[in-house]
Amino acid sequence: MRETSTMQQSALSGITRRRFVVTVAAGSAAAAALAMLPIDPVAAQEGPKTLDEAIKAAIGDRQPADGAGVISLDVPQIAENGNTVPLSVAVDSPMTAEDYVRTVHLFADGNPRPGVIAFNFTPRSGRAEAATRMRLARTQNVVALAELSDGRVLMTQAEVKVTIGGCGG
Amino acid sequence: MAKSQARVRVPKSAGKGEVVEIKTLISHEMESGQRKDKDGNPIPRKIINRFVCTMNGEEVFSADLEPAISANPYLSFYVKVEAPAELAFAWHDDDGSVYEAGETIAVA
Repeated sequence: MRETSTMQQSALSGITRRRFVVTVAAGSAAAAALAMLPIDPVAAQEGPKTLDEAIKAAIGDRQPADGAGVISLDVPQIAENGNTVPLSVAVDSPMTAEDYVRTVHLFADGNPRPGVIAFNFTPRSGRAEAATRMRLARTQNVVALAELSDGRVLMTQAEVKVTIGGCGG
Repeated sequence: MAKSQARVRVPKSAGKGEVVEIKTLISHEMESGQRKDKDGNPIPRKIINRFVCTMNGEEVFSADLEPAISANPYLSFYVKVEAPAELAFAWHDDDGSVYEAGETIAVA
């Protein structure tokens, strides 16, 4: 799905249909071919640009309820190095076949693109908890959206103050 | 290009029904696509965009990674062990490469 959207965006960026088809035919070489095409680097980036767009892409028109008591979003209040900020999220759930957390989407509203990661759980996970390390460009809010198996969506957020941003170079 | 090295920490055994933590780390630059080289040309994106863990052939946990994930992506998560488990881990690179690792958990 991700690759498809890259293709569509590059097609819109002015390459001919024929060239597009050739690019697709190149299969795994497509990413390299795209890199060599003279396209706008910003347009070549993927995914929604704003937090609202990212939330809509993740959950459609569903309205998230306040998940503050159910989702625990563990991020540092102050991150000295934005290149590697620890992030841990846990959702209180029985994790049975009838009632489990499907996905937790994480966003950062002050990065060039808000998407951070989506954790996809199953009842076999036993616990709706996962952790990683992320880049934060500057002080901003980290938003967690939990999609439950019954279709409900819960949301919570936390602010991280960043001393040195994580998009260097 | 340096080959990505995956490291996985999994308990050797677990009680039946026990929920155990899995920790994974893979060496990868996670080039975000946002940076420019010294001549001002954008450096193309190259990240691990998907991670999948299966247990005895069934997906148990997966993650969709964005460029905001730090270099050498670390992931920890849990699995519920009901029977001796064959765990398979796969990291999918933007360039189509898939890096794989496997572990087993005995049921004590």
